[in-house]
Amino acid sequence: MTQPFVLTRRRALQLGAVGPAVAASTALQAQPARAPLQIVGPWEIGGLAPANSGYVFTRMQITETLMEAGDDGTPLPGLAERWRVSADGLVWHFTLRSAARFHDGTPVTAAAVVRCLQAARVAPALLSLAPIRSLEADGSGVVVVRLASPHGGLPALLAHSSTMVLAPSSYGSGGEVKAVLGSGPYRVVSLAPPQQVEAAVFEGYDGARPAVERVRYLTVGRSETRALMAEGGQADLAYGLDPASLVRLRKRGRVRVDTVTLPRTAILKVNAGLPALKDRRVRQALSLCIDRAGIAKALLRDPELSATQLFPPTLKAWHDPTLPPLIHDPGSAARLLAEAGWRRAADGLRDASGRPLQLSLRTFPDRPELPVIASALQEQWRQAGIAVQVNVGNSGDIPLGHRDGSLQLGLAARNYCTVPDPTGTLMQDFTAAGGDWGAMGWRSDALVQALSELSRSTSSAERAAALRARVTAVLQAELPVIPVTWYRQQVAVSGRVTGVSLDPLERSYRLSAMRWSA
Amino acid sequence: MSGKRTAWGGILLRRAVQIVALGLLVGTVCFFMARSLPGDMATRIAAGRYGYDLVSNAAADAVRIELGLDRPLWLALLQWWGEIARLDLGTSLVTGNSVWSEVVHQLGATIDLAVASLAVAVVVGLPLGTWSGLHAGGCIDRLTLALAVVLRAVPPFLLAVLLMVLVAVRLGALPVAGDHHVGSVLLPALTLGLGLAAGLARVTRAAMREAAASPSFEFARTKGLSDRQALVRHGLRQAAAPVVAYLGVHAVFLVEGAVVVETLFAWPGIGHALVHAVFGRDVPMIQGAALCMGLLFVVFNLLVDAGCLALDPRRRRGEAA
Repeated sequence: MTQPFVLTRRRALQLGAVGPAVAASTALQAQPARAPLQIVGPWEIGGLAPANSGYVFTRMQITETLMEAGDDGTPLPGLAERWRVSADGLVWHFTLRSAARFHDGTPVTAAAVVRCLQAARVAPALLSLAPIRSLEADGSGVVVVRLASPHGGLPALLAHSSTMVLAPSSYGSGGEVKAVLGSGPYRVVSLAPPQQVEAAVFEGYDGARPAVERVRYLTVGRSETRALMAEGGQADLAYGLDPASLVRLRKRGRVRVDTVTLPRTAILKVNAGLPALKDRRVRQALSLCIDRAGIAKALLRDPELSATQLFPPTLKAWHDPTLPPLIHDPGSAARLLAEAGWRRAADGLRDASGRPLQLSLRTFPDRPELPVIASALQEQWRQAGIAVQVNVGNSGDIPLGHRDGSLQLGLAARNYCTVPDPTGTLMQDFTAAGGDWGAMGWRSDALVQALSELSRSTSSAERAAALRARVTAVLQAELPVIPVTWYRQQVAVSGRVTGVSLDPLERSYRLSAMRWSA
Repeated sequence: MSGKRTAWGGILLRRAVQIVALGLLVGTVCFFMARSLPGDMATRIAAGRYGYDLVSNAAADAVRIELGLDRPLWLALLQWWGEIARLDLGTSLVTGNSVWSEVVHQLGATIDLAVASLAVAVVVGLPLGTWSGLHAGGCIDRLTLALAVVLRAVPPFLLAVLLMVLVAVRLGALPVAGDHHVGSVLLPALTLGLGLAAGLARVTRAAMREAAASPSFEFARTKGLSDRQALVRHGLRQAAAPVVAYLGVHAVFLVEGAVVVETLFAWPGIGHALVHAVFGRDVPMIQGAALCMGLLFVVFNLLVDAGCLALDPRRRRGEAA
């Protein structure tokens, strides 16, 4: 029996979403077909769960998070067009954009958001770091977050891709994500994990309509292949290029190379609990032996990436240009080592009472430059009389070595803006007990207090700046982790597109701002 | 007829036994190898799932508890055997998807690539080998020999980069990588197929020379057939058996080469998947992918047996006797 047609509110909304889609698709048919904008990068789509591959979908603007972030990490409206926090810092209200729609045409409701945030609280997702007492929907348009203690980093956590908001129809009966239906300006057209996702403009989006109609992301594991795809005109945006390919691309001039410094630093994690490394002078000597400029120039082909302090200039609030820079000074290093009791023995190695200064360094090849940097460090320290054995293993070996106490030195590339505000990451790294990717056998009460106060976000702007300055000064003086180089995102951009800008926080490809050149 | 049936039955039975033995052996060996790799499995899986930025001891502990990685080895192996008995390859530890669905998708891409590579080898190698065999010592024969030496000596990754630079970037004739453009398969197929074509041309040449010198070929000529007729009716069939056997054996070359070539060309095949599974310590994926690659070898061998049996009636009679 045929059901009589009833124009419910939901149907009206669906028609409202479908109507423009039909009109636009008719208009599209009249246009000549243009190949989708092709992005290639090394990142795989390792499953549909937000914690696994959420970053792929947020970068492609398929999904949205409650909060967005400016280049410097400033909280900006996302799915929540405005927010407010109670005077005691314990209750946060996030008001959703009333016209926001999921890609299945249903409205974005507070209940749908709460469901996603509840799932995102399961460790190791970052939202589990917030002291959340409850998540509630206040009507259909307001999400209420109640905290056990004030946490100023909440907006930053709510900008992380693991908190991306999906339509209820994205979930299977067992709560697993079976499709990615977000609310962004692009919707998934085809998905072939772990390599490809293609997206097209979502006509029901409540914001400005993007000019680029279709976009395809392809995972390409080899950086040389990505560079050749850019050079051959097959890729419009090629991310993660290796230094050798960059030199070639720049020389040939077929594509433009855009760069942005990232809030990522290659760091040496030092086990300051060891007798040799407990002495601050030895840690400083290790740092003074490092020819950062040489490493940056020869290995990264970019002398400006020499890390003179932990935070790169991208992190304006944390980078302190007045700090005395970390320098290469083997003479001072030798003096400090001698003062600490480590004198050159007959074999050229430093020795204290029959104990040679021998250390082991663990690193991993997920970032191909790390093992090479490790070899350079090994040689620079050898010249200073410090014998270091390099072990290239898995990324997990460093946190594991932290846990069982076996780590001596670890070389890693640490992203201080996993969420836009570095405070949370720093609190993980430099708590009193140390952190998996941060301090080991070292603590500073002044630093812990400063970070703790910063995280409550109740301080004035001046006070917050003073606290950040204290943190950077302590880290620069004590060197519980030793900065080596900063990182730069290098992207080959084809002449087919204009309006390309790179996100230093690596949260978005900013597709909706791009235009075809002709 | 009954002899033919017996020969076929023998082949199928042998291969069926091989499949079961291979499944158990490959799966078990992969299990122990993956479990004995250095480093903590849980942290590696956590890195595969969440990226190394989010790897921490807490994340590793969550993974360890979720997947029961603290269970005794024998229990995990028994579980896998039980799943295999139910024809279930299990679930990927990294993506959470069914291994079967992932492997089917990836194996399909690898088979596409293998078939295209075989086609390249046959199209290039067979005519050159046949011509060289019939005109031994000629200009084409010498040129083919030189080409074969070079192509067999060049490792697949080098050939791949050369093809990418020359054909894709300089000439712009084909896509550099990926699998979504028309002609995407050609460069990876050429990379794998040219090496195989080189060997095939030499084997075909030798087989062709032997066939052309055989009494049956001579008899065909004396009974009044032209060179072309003798070649088509007698020579080609006689020469085909060793060529088919060679192709079967060297199908291994294709699958081995696929690991490198798929990674270089971003081809979503099983070789690529296997490498990633090893990095991610995804034991069920390693077992599933290795098992399917092993089965592929058995299937190739079955096809070779079938081809040889169809080409050589003496073998059917001999086995039936």
